[in-house]
Amino acid sequence: MTADLDYLESQSIYILREAYNRIDKLALLWSIGKDSNALLWLCRKAFFGRVPFPVVQLDTGMELPEVYQFRDRVAKEWDLDLVVEQCPPEEEMDQTLPPLTRAAARKTEGLKNLLHNGKYQGVMVGIRRDEQATRAKERVFSPRSLEGDWDVKDQPAEFWDHYKTRFEEGTHVRIHPLLHWTELDIWRYSKREEIPIVPLYFAKDGKRYRSLGEKNITFPVDSTAGTIDEIIAELVVTKIPERAGRAMDNESEDSFERLRSAGYM
Amino acid sequence: MEIRNELNGQLRIVIVGHVDHGKSTLIGRLLNDTGSLPDGKVEQVHEMSRKRGMPFEWAFVMDALQAERDQGITIDTTQIHFKTAQRPYVIIDAPGHTEFLKNMVTGASQADAALLVIDAAEGALEQSRRHAFLLHLLGVRQVAVVVNKMDRVEFDQYRFEAVSREIREYLAELDVFPKAVIPIAARHGDNIVTRSDKAPWYDGPTVIDALDAFRPQQTPTDQPLRFPLQDVYKPDDRRILAGRIESGRLRVGDTLRFSPTGATATVVSIEGWNHSQPIIAAQAGQSIGVTLDKRIFAERGHIAHLEQGAPHVTHRLGVRLFWLTSEPLTVGKTYTLKITTAEHRVTVESISAVIDIEDLSSTPAKAVHRNEVAEVVLRSRSPIAVDLASELPRTGRGVIIDGHDVVGGCIAVEVDEGPAASTNTTEVSHAVTTEERFSANGHKGGVLWLTGLSGAGKSTLAMALERALFDRGWQVFVLDGDNVRNGLNAGLGFSASDRAENIRRVAETAKLFADAGVLVIASLISPLQADRARARAIGGERFHEVYVSADLATCETRDPKGLYKKARAGEIAEFTGISAPYEAPESPELTIDTGTLAPTEALGELLDYVDTTFGKTSLKQGRL
Repeated sequence: MTADLDYLESQSIYILREAYNRIDKLALLWSIGKDSNALLWLCRKAFFGRVPFPVVQLDTGMELPEVYQFRDRVAKEWDLDLVVEQCPPEEEMDQTLPPLTRAAARKTEGLKNLLHNGKYQGVMVGIRRDEQATRAKERVFSPRSLEGDWDVKDQPAEFWDHYKTRFEEGTHVRIHPLLHWTELDIWRYSKREEIPIVPLYFAKDGKRYRSLGEKNITFPVDSTAGTIDEIIAELVVTKIPERAGRAMDNESEDSFERLRSAGYM
Repeated sequence: MEIRNELNGQLRIVIVGHVDHGKSTLIGRLLNDTGSLPDGKVEQVHEMSRKRGMPFEWAFVMDALQAERDQGITIDTTQIHFKTAQRPYVIIDAPGHTEFLKNMVTGASQADAALLVIDAAEGALEQSRRHAFLLHLLGVRQVAVVVNKMDRVEFDQYRFEAVSREIREYLAELDVFPKAVIPIAARHGDNIVTRSDKAPWYDGPTVIDALDAFRPQQTPTDQPLRFPLQDVYKPDDRRILAGRIESGRLRVGDTLRFSPTGATATVVSIEGWNHSQPIIAAQAGQSIGVTLDKRIFAERGHIAHLEQGAPHVTHRLGVRLFWLTSEPLTVGKTYTLKITTAEHRVTVESISAVIDIEDLSSTPAKAVHRNEVAEVVLRSRSPIAVDLASELPRTGRGVIIDGHDVVGGCIAVEVDEGPAASTNTTEVSHAVTTEERFSANGHKGGVLWLTGLSGAGKSTLAMALERALFDRGWQVFVLDGDNVRNGLNAGLGFSASDRAENIRRVAETAKLFADAGVLVIASLISPLQADRARARAIGGERFHEVYVSADLATCETRDPKGLYKKARAGEIAEFTGISAPYEAPESPELTIDTGTLAPTEALGELLDYVDTTFGKTSLKQGRL
C-alpha cells in the first residue's frame, strides 16, 4: 500500500504551488541526487508536466562522471531550464574551517553568487528532516539574510500550512518541499513513480553511494543492494546514518552545523 | 477513509510541558529503549557528557546543536523518527520556554497526538497549562500525560494521584480528556517501554502502550467539500484551477459554487500528470487541479464547495486567538487575516476577553500581549468565506499577519452574517476608477475623523478646514454629529446602541463620499474606542483619526452650547465626560491639542497633515 506516499506527495505539491504563487523569482537547486530528482518529479506533477522555473546545479567540477551524464540526459528529456553555476575555488573559502568542510563550503559560495547575480528571492532545496539533526530544525519556508545566514534561534512561526512568504528587501527564502519525507519514503516513491536514478546508488563490488556528493568528500558504503527493492530492504534494518559517507559532516562535532548556519543547503 | 493509516503511516506526536520537566530526556530514552538510535549515538552522548564533566545525559541525544548543549535548553522544534513494533513515529520536541512559544506552536500544530510531561514534584506549572491550552486551540485532541521524575518522590502513589487529578480537572475544562496519565522516571526508563517494578500500584499503560493506542488524525472526507484555490494555471489551452481539498470529496460532473463570489460551474475534468487513467474523483488531503465548463471569475482565495453545505460569508468574525509577538494587538489596529489561501485586511473591532491560562477565567482588556489567548472580534471590508472551527477546523482557522510576519493564530468561534449580507445583491464595478477621480480632483478622497469631548473644538476646526480646502478647490464636506442627527440619523437617541448605530451610519456615508473622491471631515464626539474601530474598519486605509484634545475643565469652561451646565444640573443623562465615559484614542493618526494651541495654529497643523496625506505630494508617492 502506498497511500501514505499520496499524502506526502500532496503536501509537497501544496508547498510547491504556494512557493510558485507567492515568490516572484524562484529557482530549484538540483544536486542530481535521489531527493532532488524526486523534487523535480513533484514539480512536474504540481505544474502539469512543465517545471516553470530555472533548475540550478551548483557545480564544483568534482561530481562523479555518472552524475554529469545523468544531468545532461534528464535536462534534455524533461526540457528543463538548466543553469549550471560554477562554484568558486577552495582557496577562497574560510580557512578556519576543517579541510573537508572547506571543500563543501564551495557550494555555499556558489549559491551566494547565484542569488546575487540571478536576483532570486526563493530557492527550493530537497533537504529532509531525517537526514541530519540540524536539518530537523528547519522550516518549510526558511528565511535567510542577505549573506545567506540561517538564524536557527529566531525562526518564524509556521503552522496550519501558513508559511512566511513576505520578506525584507535583499533577503531570500529557502523552500523545503521534501522536509517531511524520510529516506525510505524517497526510495519507495522513486520506485512507485519510476523516477530515473543515478546508477551510483546501486551496489557494485560490495559498495554503493547512499548519499551522493563530490568525489573528493563522499565515499561509498558497504552494501549489496543492487535494486531499489534491495535498498528499501536494507534501509529497514540499517542503523548506519544516511550521511555516514559524507566526510565533512563527521570532521568535528559542529562542522555540519557551521556549514549550515553559514548558508549551506 | 483515512489516508495515513497505512502500512508505513507514521504517527506524529508532540512532547510538551514546562521547561526542565524532562521532555528531552524522555525522548532520548524513547529512542534508546525502542532500539531506534543510529550506531554510535550512545557513545557520542557519553563523550559529550564526559567532555562537559556531567553524568550520562539522555537529553544530549536531542540537543544536537552546539548552542543548545551549552545553554542546556532546547531551542527549536526538532523532528526525530523512531519505531515501535506497531508503527513508525515522528516525535516533535516543543520547547517549554515561554519565549519560544512560536516554536512550540510550530511543532505542536503538526501533531496527531501529544504527550504532556509534568514533573511529579512540581505539578502542572504555568507553561504546562499554557501548552495544554494551545494543544486544544491547535486542534490536537489526543493527549496522554506523563508524570515524570517519580524517582524524586520515591514513587509515591498519593503524590502521583494528586498531580493526576489536578491536570485531569484542568484538561476537562478544555474538553480534553487524556487517554492515560502515566507515572514515569524517564532518566531510568521506568514505564517507558517496560513496566516499572517501583510502582506496583500502577496498572495502566506504559508510554509505548499509550502511544500505540493513539490513532492517526482522520482525514475529513465525509464532511462538506471545501476546495480553496491556490492558483490558476494555463499550461496550454486548459485553464486549471489548482488547490488542495481540505474536506469532503469532489467528482467530475459536480456543480461547484465558489465563495465569497457565488459563481457556479461544473467540473469537466480532474487534471493530473503521468496518470495512466483519467481521474474521476478526489478527496480531502489531495492536491488537485480541475477544469470547468464555464470561464468564471475564480482566483486564489476563493473556496469551491457544493450547493449544499456552504461556508459562512461574513464581514465580522469572532475568533479565539493566540498572540506570538511583542507588539500587542489592540483595538482599532489593522492586520491581514489569512484563512487557507484567502487574505483579508481586518481591523480589530473589540477584544471581548483575555483568558487567564491559570484558571481559565476571562477578563476584559484593551490589548492582547505576547503569549496571551483572547476572544477578539475582527471586521473586514472584503467578505470572508469561513467555517466555524468546531465544525470544519481546516477552513475555520487562520493566521494573523503584520507586515512580513505571522504574529498570531486564531480559530473562528462566531460568525456574524449580518442583515446587510444579502446574497441577492451583487457589487457593480464603477466605470470611473478611484485613481481617475483623484487625478481629476488633484487630491485623494478620504475620511478625516475628528473625535473629542464636547467643546474641544471639533466643529469649529472642521468648518474652518472645510472653508480653507474649498477655497483651494478641493472636494470637501463636513459630516457633523449634530447635523446628521436631524436627517440621516433622526430617531436615534443617546443609548450605547443608538450611539453605535449613529457612528456606523456616519462611517458608511463618509466612505461613500470618500469613494466619490471627496475629503470628508467627520466631526463626532464618538466616545468609544470600539465604535471608532468599527468606523475605521468601514473606512479602511483611507480612514484617519484625529484626536481633538482638550481637558474636561477647559471644555466645561468653554461650554459653547451650555450642555455641561445642563449635565451638571442632571438635566442630561449620560453626557460624555460627566456621566458617560470618553475613551481617548490610543494611536490616532494626529492629535491636535486645542487646550494649548490657538485656533489658527490648530488649523495650520491640520492643514499640514491633510496636505501630506491627501494632497498632490501624496499622490506622487503612488500607492493608494
